[in-house]
Amino acid sequence: MSTQTITVHTDTNPVQSRAGIHWLAYLFLGACFGITLTQSEVLSWFRIQEMFRFQSPRMYEIIASAIVVAAVSVALIKRLGVKTISGEPITIPPKSMGLGVRYAVGGTIFGLGWALVGACPGPLFALLGNGVTVIIVAIVSAVAGTWLYGFLKPRLPH
Amino acid sequence: MATFFSAPWPWYIAGPVIGLFVPALLIIGNRMFGISSNLRHMCSICSELLPGRVQHFRYDWKQSGLWNLLFLAGVGVGGFLASHWGGSHNIEISEQTRLALGNLGIHDFSGLAPRELFTWPALLTLKGFVSIVVGGFLVGFGTAYAGGCTSGHAISGLADLQLPSLIAVLGFFVGGLIGTHFILPLIF
Repeated sequence: MSTQTITVHTDTNPVQSRAGIHWLAYLFLGACFGITLTQSEVLSWFRIQEMFRFQSPRMYEIIASAIVVAAVSVALIKRLGVKTISGEPITIPPKSMGLGVRYAVGGTIFGLGWALVGACPGPLFALLGNGVTVIIVAIVSAVAGTWLYGFLKPRLPH
Repeated sequence: MATFFSAPWPWYIAGPVIGLFVPALLIIGNRMFGISSNLRHMCSICSELLPGRVQHFRYDWKQSGLWNLLFLAGVGVGGFLASHWGGSHNIEISEQTRLALGNLGIHDFSGLAPRELFTWPALLTLKGFVSIVVGGFLVGFGTAYAGGCTSGHAISGLADLQLPSLIAVLGFFVGGLIGTHFILPLIF
């Protein structure tokens, strides 16, 4: 613990000021994502219903093209050895497979909730910004659901 | 530029823009795009304030999650900005979906979500409670168990060709189909 005392806190610390720009960048990117979720209408309960009823290709086209663009980007980043803006190497940790139960069962439980509330976690917050205030209850409930998982985690198969 | 400020964006704009958040976050700070971790960070914040600490939430959320909480705050701000300057958000769903939902008892198609379910008074009805409270709870539990949601598994995980994410995404759709075709009709 004593080693922490050598950290220097001054306004001129270049590492800190760069970190400050990082925080703004995350906020800005988040805002872009909120705008994207709204303008693309993927945050709408109606669009989710249309998707799960296979009555419009729109959501599938959006998800598939998002995956393709992300996959090509990740492949290029790996192939070209792209670094972060502060020069760190980019690493993507693989997810551990375990028994696979967590992915199958957890994924299905999330899917049930996705159909009912009509939004995944990002859209829940974008809906709140859009003025659907009652969604705050769904968000609190989602936090409670996450808490229950944390509580049960030692007893659940993964 | 005009189309940028009017909804809905065509899929070939919306999808690729969503995909670009993956490289953007990697390049800015070696961060993996994934929203549901924030629910865990919120539990971690709460567990600092409440007695009875759960091991899963005992970690330094400022170190690992502050960036993501800021991103999430931005999502809310972005939703607010788009609701004010983004043009009309009348969701024009297919006629078939409109008919199917009409059979369930949904007739108000004017908002982002049906007013029969997503208003404060509706919270006190069975269908409103199940949609909002039970739906939200399952989203929280399921994403925590699966270790990711649509962003973390379907976009980031599949983009990195990770098999666990493929299993999770298949689960998302199995659950979504059961919820839509078997559970929704029960609560109306």
